[in-house]
Amino acid sequence: MTTSTREKAGLATAAAGLGLALGAAAIGAFVQTRKAKEAQGDDAPGFTARRGFGQYDVVGRTVTIRRPRAELYAFWRDFQNLAGFMENLEKVQPTGANGRSVWTIKAPAGQTVDVETEIAREVENELIAWRSVAGSDIDTEGRVTFEDAPGERGTRVGLIIAYDAPAGEAGRAIAKMFMREPAIQARRDLKRFKMLMETGEIATNAMRPSESEQASQEEHA
Amino acid sequence: MRAATWQGTHLINVETVDDPEIVNPRDCIVKVTSTAICGSDLHLYDNVIPGLVPGDILGHEFMGEVVEVGPKSTLNKGDRVIVPFPIACGNCFHCSIEQYSCCDNSNPVENQDMTRPLYGFGMAGIFGYSHLTGGYAGGQAEYVRVPFSDVGPLVVPDHLEDDKVLFLTDILPTGWQAAEQADIQPDDTVAVWGAGPVGLFAAQSALALGAAQVIVIDHYPHRLELARQIGAKTVNFRESNVLEALMEMSGGIGVDVVIDAVGMEAHGFTPENMLDVVKQKVGIGADRAHVLRQAIVACRKGGRVSVPGVYGGLSDKFPTGALMEKGLQLRTGQTHVQKHTRKLLAMIEDGTLDTTWLISHHLPLEDAAKGYHNFRTKQDEWTKVILKPGMERSEDTADEERQTEPA
Repeated sequence: MTTSTREKAGLATAAAGLGLALGAAAIGAFVQTRKAKEAQGDDAPGFTARRGFGQYDVVGRTVTIRRPRAELYAFWRDFQNLAGFMENLEKVQPTGANGRSVWTIKAPAGQTVDVETEIAREVENELIAWRSVAGSDIDTEGRVTFEDAPGERGTRVGLIIAYDAPAGEAGRAIAKMFMREPAIQARRDLKRFKMLMETGEIATNAMRPSESEQASQEEHA
Repeated sequence: MRAATWQGTHLINVETVDDPEIVNPRDCIVKVTSTAICGSDLHLYDNVIPGLVPGDILGHEFMGEVVEVGPKSTLNKGDRVIVPFPIACGNCFHCSIEQYSCCDNSNPVENQDMTRPLYGFGMAGIFGYSHLTGGYAGGQAEYVRVPFSDVGPLVVPDHLEDDKVLFLTDILPTGWQAAEQADIQPDDTVAVWGAGPVGLFAAQSALALGAAQVIVIDHYPHRLELARQIGAKTVNFRESNVLEALMEMSGGIGVDVVIDAVGMEAHGFTPENMLDVVKQKVGIGADRAHVLRQAIVACRKGGRVSVPGVYGGLSDKFPTGALMEKGLQLRTGQTHVQKHTRKLLAMIEDGTLDTTWLISHHLPLEDAAKGYHNFRTKQDEWTKVILKPGMERSEDTADEERQTEPA
């Protein structure tokens, strides 16, 4: 509880300064457990609520990975690794200071869209939050948290992504792609992360390496 | 390479397809020397398991020689291995507690989503089965790509021929687990529905685990004779009232352990089963759970119910009252093959277990269609079919091809 409240405040403050208050509000509502609502409070994460988050599409998923927290954090913090398990991410290129990087996102018909992001907040081995810089084609922010799972079960990894794609062709393409099944996408990406971290590889039924690439391309065509 | 492919209901074609290659670091490629047709392959043949695509290579009981290894495989070229049917990573929570068939990481994520609405979770990958379980190419082929080859395949000694060890891939551990999970005690009477390979191995395992009496229920005379030969008693459901017979044969106590080794395509004449048949034919994902209903009713108060038989969908008229009021324990699941292979191999090697008596036919892989057809329609004599890649077709194996099914 303390963690999520503190992070919510942190995110909101940082984002407000950059004119991203709306997005922060979406994520904030998302993170918050419904315990706050006194009448029908429960302990479920906000993102399981049966309600929307305004103009923002918000998805959240949790997965438990049987690896140490520090190892998972370090792997994720090197954003270039994300393209290895996030289906719609082609590559991530660091651009220098302040943890800025350019994320090349796959769009329909073989197109790609670049989004520059910066790190909004990070707590070593606990949390990484990022957001698109002002003026991006797509207004997005995301947050991944790492906490010890009970007993010997490893680490609980929580991923939350909020985004709002404005007008413009690229924006529309992105919105369409993201909104196809964003919650499913988030779950799949996290499961691939789990596979990669636990087993060192990502399961595929391909019979040949060429087939595996082709299958992936077809899915994005 | 040549491979047996599923093309539709009761339609198996042996085709030429590209050879598999190493894809992931822990893979190996196995050159198949023996591969069997499983009773659960018949559910695919009958098209009652969803998620098959025409062209899928079938087969999940196979063994052979390792011919290629990925950089993280622990096997060596030339190793002779049996390959468990569930694919398991060995690293996830489930694998860490030996629930290999519940592996989190062996089913590609896209495929895992297919069973979420029905089961709430994605299941482990299985060779040559539905896309619900990964859509992996199977073992009724000359070569197979085997993922996580450092976890599943077990090297077998050269002096044990294929026929002696092939069943370690599925049906022997499945029969064993069916008995073991029922926590059999020395005074127990155990009833097994289905004298197919799994039912017979479950009966054999129950006796090996010390059951006082094992009763096998079926309607095929030859299969019941096999049950008798391994030391079980028999009930032919076409000749005797099963519930009454079991009650009398257990001295009015009821059977302590019931094992459903039939699953979703049960035969039976009761009204509720006829209704199930109709629902399955119209394709609404209904299981024909006649055997499981009967087993639950036959089970004594406080007894154990073990279900190795395959179910995939939903059942009506499930006897929840009998299950709860009698305080029954229910144990189910796809087999955690990797958990049992070493122990069972040792029992084969020292002569405690012999399963070669089950094998009725060896056919060339090229005759896979005939093998499926006869395994399904001539169940009494065709008790277990082993396909051999490269075996020459003889005139009498090549002549009977697929026949049209009666409506």
